[in-house]
Amino acid sequence: MTTVTKLPFDKEYVEQFSQKHNEPAWMQKLRLEGLDLVESLDLPKPDKTNINRWNFTNFEHTAEGETIDSLENVPAQLDDFIDEDNLPENIIILRNQAVAYHTVQEELTAKGVIFTDIFTALQEHSELVEKYYMTDAVQVDEHKLTALHAALMNGGVFVYVPKDVKLEEPLQTLFWQEDKKAALFNHVIVVAEENSSVTYVENYISDNDEDATVANIITEVFAADNAYVSFGAVDHFAAGTTTFVNRRGVAGKGAKVDWALGQMNEGHTVSENETHLVGDGSTTNMRTVTAASGKQTQNFTNKTVHIGLDTDGQISQRGVLFNKTSAIYNAIGKIEDGATRANAEQESRLLMLSGNARGDANPILLIDEDDVTAGHAASVGRIDDMQMYYLQSRGISQAEAERLIIHGFLAPVVNELPIETVKNQLSQLIEGKIN
Amino acid sequence: MADYTLEIKDLHVSIEDKEILKGVTLTINSGEFHAVMGPNGTGKSTLAAAIMGHPKYEITSGSVTLNGEDLLEMEVDERARAGVFLGMQYPSEISGVTTSDFLRSSINARREEGNEISLMKFIKEMDGALDDLEIDKNMAQRYLNEGFSGGEKKRNEILQLMMLQPGIAILDEIDSGLDIDALKVVADGVNKVREETGLGCLIITHYQRLLNYIKPDHVHIIMQGKIVKSGGAELAQRLEAEGYEWIKEELGIEDETVNA
Repeated sequence: MTTVTKLPFDKEYVEQFSQKHNEPAWMQKLRLEGLDLVESLDLPKPDKTNINRWNFTNFEHTAEGETIDSLENVPAQLDDFIDEDNLPENIIILRNQAVAYHTVQEELTAKGVIFTDIFTALQEHSELVEKYYMTDAVQVDEHKLTALHAALMNGGVFVYVPKDVKLEEPLQTLFWQEDKKAALFNHVIVVAEENSSVTYVENYISDNDEDATVANIITEVFAADNAYVSFGAVDHFAAGTTTFVNRRGVAGKGAKVDWALGQMNEGHTVSENETHLVGDGSTTNMRTVTAASGKQTQNFTNKTVHIGLDTDGQISQRGVLFNKTSAIYNAIGKIEDGATRANAEQESRLLMLSGNARGDANPILLIDEDDVTAGHAASVGRIDDMQMYYLQSRGISQAEAERLIIHGFLAPVVNELPIETVKNQLSQLIEGKIN
Repeated sequence: MADYTLEIKDLHVSIEDKEILKGVTLTINSGEFHAVMGPNGTGKSTLAAAIMGHPKYEITSGSVTLNGEDLLEMEVDERARAGVFLGMQYPSEISGVTTSDFLRSSINARREEGNEISLMKFIKEMDGALDDLEIDKNMAQRYLNEGFSGGEKKRNEILQLMMLQPGIAILDEIDSGLDIDALKVVADGVNKVREETGLGCLIITHYQRLLNYIKPDHVHIIMQGKIVKSGGAELAQRLEAEGYEWIKEELGIEDETVNA
């Protein structure tokens, strides 16, 4: 049985929404294609989690967001994300999908770098966006939620780094859903052209503990030949938000796409993170951490798809589960026929801190090629008695010893986040769950 | 430095319903160094673990007090804060927690909230101890014991001893796996604490070698889960020269292990 109710948005609404944003014709067409498909397509079927009863359709589609005048004076909810002593020079803050603050270094713009919100990009760089928007990475017709996303996309960011441009400073975005009922259909595209490099870090923030709404997020990352993309994110939607997030990267010859994701949502979540290693010698390092403390059900998939020769895909998932959370961690290495000398490694480790929490780590290898190497490791366990004994034997209290062990367990991923404030903020979120 | 007295009386200890210690009595005062020696499998390490509160060991009877306070009633961390330290034979590896952060947490656990050790003072003390023990300063930023060699782990235990300055220390086979140079460095570290703080110490060792560098005031031989003979430093020297056989003969013991 499925309780997905009829979508409260029709063709006329979608057309008007598109027109209001002065979108190019191709975009409106893509939205309507999506809308047509919503009814006929099924929900995705994440392995071992039934999402049929989850709320994907009860939400407000738009809300107003006030602008923010200066980074020195951001609303309190954003304080932790801005380092006042070292103000970010490239940042976009979306507040209820609207651009509240935007700054980018002039020298980047001079080099041809684009770092702007998705609606501006659709107007000013229509052809460029069209080339990457739900074409080679995520498809409109994959399932009901991708179609819904295409129809109702209401926010996002477009990043374009031209050939040979190597960015030293990270690009940062904050997606703040201040309105408690407004849904976020966020679309992020990061394009790194040949031989370029970029670090991009995003935060999702909301505080709708009671009000139900939806986050439906698609992120597409393209690293052309010999390009490098380092992608960091901390997702922290409140308990009322049901989240579907799909982050997908495509790596060209010799390209590298690295992910460091803090998956800290308080509500039901399906998170898919995937890298397609298309070019010969392309690599990916996918690291994720979760700390879940409520009653939510979450499903996390990390997947490497090996297509080119000599590709290398590393997956490392770490999760700490408190209270009554239930979480599935799938780590999938898929090696296509012809992906000679591919290497796919997966590691999933879960730390269970409550007898009522449920956790499952599933390493999966799907191999259609003979000449490959692959390996996986998975563990689900409790805090080691001997580690506790050792720490306590130095006078450290039980609570403090647990705290050290949990932070330590998650440190390999937390430490990978490329922006200090984002790293600290993730540590604070973990700290909050421990207490 | 305050005076400490650790008093062990008729201690019986079991693991998984098997009795290992069968009545150990021993008193250690500040300033005294006691060596507990014995062949493998006689209960030496069990004594150390039971005093500290290792979760797998069960005290079936007897008592352990520190300055008259019942140590066995205390949690492991309370025992440590009361002044007991155990240098472990097999310290745990703790991924993601740096040695430096761990040391600071250990020191601050002994201090009132709001009176934490300042970062400058901590670094100064740690650097001093690292130099004394000839440890590469990088170790402070490595994850606790992770990927450490056997020798590095032992030095790290003594580093903690030097930083925490306990009243009574138990050193469990702190010499195993150390070459002679490392052994001297570790012994120098222990002797420094001994001189500076009036440490009371229980040294558990299989070999007399360590006792050439850390001079014991008292030597106790443990067999079949009991102290069977006590004496001064000369007892250890006789063991070095003649082994344990003469004691077994003297006491009519055929199998010295607790299985007997």
